[in-house]
Amino acid sequence: MMSNEAIAKKKQKYMKEEIIIAGFGGQGVLSMGKIMAYSAIMQDLEVTWMPSYGPEMRGGTANVCVIISDKKISSPIITKYDTAIILNQQSLDKFEERVKPGGLLIYDPSGITREPVRKDIKVCSIDAIEVAAEVGNAKVYNMAVLGAYLKMKESLKMENVVKGLEKSIPARYSDLIQKNREAIEKGMERVKILSESK
Amino acid sequence: MENLDIKRPENIVYRKPALLTDNIMHYCPGCSHGTVHKLIAEVIEEMGIQDQTVGISPVGCSVFAYNYIDIDWQEAAHGRAPALATATKRLCPEKYVFTYQGDGDLASIGTAEIIHACSRGENIVVIFINNGIYGMTGGQMAPTTLLGMKTSTTPYGRDPKLNGFPLKITEMLAALDGTAYITRQSVHTAAAARKAKNAIRKGFEYSAKNIGLSFIEIVSTCNSGWKLSPVEANKWMEEHMFAKYPVGDIKDVLK
Amino acid sequence: MAEKILMKGNEAIAFSAIRNGVDGYFGYPITPQSEVMETLMKEKPWETTGMVVLQAESELSSINMVYGGASCGKKVMTSSSSPGISLMCEGISYIAGAELPCVIVDVMRGGPGLGTIQPSQSDYFQTVKGGGHGDYHSIVIAPASAQDMYDFVDWGFELAFKYRTPVIVLADGIIGQLMEKVELHPMKPRRTAEEILRDAPWATTGKTPGRDRNVITSLSLDANTQEEFNRKLLAKYKAIEANEVKYAEYLTDDAEYVFVAFGCSSRICEAAVDILREEGIKAGLIRPITLYPFPEKEISRLAGQAKSMMSIELSLGQMVEDVRLAANGQCPVGFYGRQGGNIYTPEEIVEEFKKFNKLS
Repeated sequence: MMSNEAIAKKKQKYMKEEIIIAGFGGQGVLSMGKIMAYSAIMQDLEVTWMPSYGPEMRGGTANVCVIISDKKISSPIITKYDTAIILNQQSLDKFEERVKPGGLLIYDPSGITREPVRKDIKVCSIDAIEVAAEVGNAKVYNMAVLGAYLKMKESLKMENVVKGLEKSIPARYSDLIQKNREAIEKGMERVKILSESK
Repeated sequence: MENLDIKRPENIVYRKPALLTDNIMHYCPGCSHGTVHKLIAEVIEEMGIQDQTVGISPVGCSVFAYNYIDIDWQEAAHGRAPALATATKRLCPEKYVFTYQGDGDLASIGTAEIIHACSRGENIVVIFINNGIYGMTGGQMAPTTLLGMKTSTTPYGRDPKLNGFPLKITEMLAALDGTAYITRQSVHTAAAARKAKNAIRKGFEYSAKNIGLSFIEIVSTCNSGWKLSPVEANKWMEEHMFAKYPVGDIKDVLK
Repeated sequence: MAEKILMKGNEAIAFSAIRNGVDGYFGYPITPQSEVMETLMKEKPWETTGMVVLQAESELSSINMVYGGASCGKKVMTSSSSPGISLMCEGISYIAGAELPCVIVDVMRGGPGLGTIQPSQSDYFQTVKGGGHGDYHSIVIAPASAQDMYDFVDWGFELAFKYRTPVIVLADGIIGQLMEKVELHPMKPRRTAEEILRDAPWATTGKTPGRDRNVITSLSLDANTQEEFNRKLLAKYKAIEANEVKYAEYLTDDAEYVFVAFGCSSRICEAAVDILREEGIKAGLIRPITLYPFPEKEISRLAGQAKSMMSIELSLGQMVEDVRLAANGQCPVGFYGRQGGNIYTPEEIVEEFKKFNKLS
């Protein structure tokens, strides 16, 4: 039997973050996950990006699980998350309880009718619609959310996120890269910490 | 005159095509398959394309076509020959590719494959033997069986209420934009066989022009299945089959 | 350094085909693998490598296009998902009977019938035990990552041409949809006409005066000829079983409990093994990478050392039959599965493991 110390040591040996991003189809849930995954690769990390797929893609709920680690990732299927990024009520109902104690929950209050109730996790909000309106492009909504995440967790570096954006946006839309970047930066500024985990 | 004199090249007026093998054909006496095989062998020989031709044989009486014409062959599953031909031609565009299919193979189980090969305008040749019956499996009804015609699965004659109507698939295919040349021929007389050979040759020539699919239907006899003597079968074909399936060109995009 | 790209398993199949000198792909859309053909069409390899890509009218047609292309000695492939593979089984039997090389990718979804579009592993019987009619096997290889999807296309063709037999890459909705880092190896050119003549002298390349005509067929009619051919196939299958078994083990050296799982399940089981090890339970995992040939000897060896084994599959229990045959009564063999597109988590497997072994 491994001692508690040994287990703790084994766990410390590597970094691993398990993230769920969930919202409506069309909110840019999958592409936000993709940019995070690209960024992780730029940092020479291992990554898996596993979407829910199928009829859900057509306007229903969409979610994607992104795992980032500095070690080979075994199961891409998990039930508990270090971080939940929540963009609608259905997703909050489904995933709030699945955040690991001490974990992080970021949500957009505009899609929420019931506030998160967990006290053992850190809860943040980001008014991403407002940010997108300021930037003047509804499509950058998800990048405002990503900005909030980047501010709260420092596992991904901004320079790599930009590289990730360049990978996923065709060069002819280079102005879009700039707008996305703007939205990320504004998201970083606007994110509000509502409660720390207790 | 001695035998040897007769065999002198200048005295020869007819010989077996060089590309027909010496294998003894399994076809029944009077069957049209043998004649059509001969015509194809002649065309390939005369065009000098033996080393550039791939044939696709079907399931049915002509499943063994590969035993008789001395070219490379693929033997397809029932109805699927146009799919094999499609891939062969697309992967080897310099080749001449033809399928040889009966009415059960082409007009029943393989309707999707032939329609889509035509619709895509594959640059292949399709030889379609229509004798209105399944020969190999023992004389069952084919999609092209005429109304009233007796077969082992329409023992009282084909009844449209029970068995539907004869399928004029050749006219259907002519309506598709991907087809270049569509014709219906027969081989029951020397004159008819000459015309059929010209049609086959035109099909092969068209397939090299990349203008779409060429389709040569040969209205044929199956005297065993029809339970007629070869001579009677030819007569029956002229009287009944030609009424439903008239011979002649149906479509030629270069005319 | 080789280029590393983030891509879906399905996309990896497409890029691998282009980069490994595949001559033709013939497919028909079906979830969850449509990205294979979509990616190929977007990449337009006919303008670069000369690879042919064609959307067929059905899976019946696409597998028969593969038959035609393989008959020409070309490297040709198709991909589909469970219901589409059912349609292809006729063609696969013919391809096995005509001894043609090709690669078929099955990105499995829930069944029977139209089933679901979510991940499943319930085509084990269909692919490993035949699927089509007659005495034949397809080599079946099971990827567990996007990198495997990329690598197994090339490996599949290597096996297919070595034995002139169909090779099935048996993936599932998870591996098809999962995005991961994929390392791209240097491009391999398509084979030249001369290389095809050399490597596939049996192919329908056009009869030249120097040789007899080549006939690709699966028809014998004569019982003795057919039996002789069946025995020739048997000899081929014996060689495959002797030479091509591939598997991976995880912490089995001292394992008292051994999981057997393939594809995505093997990764979920690996996480379950980690949880059990942390609890001090000596668990291990064997992942059959080739499902046919099955790693029978290795499973038998592990059955000899283990207190029990458990086959974990996204099905009602298919591979478990082969695990039991291999274990041959040396230890109890349990099973846990989920169906319909539901996927077990590592914790769920741990719980079921404890139930089976009465450890809770």
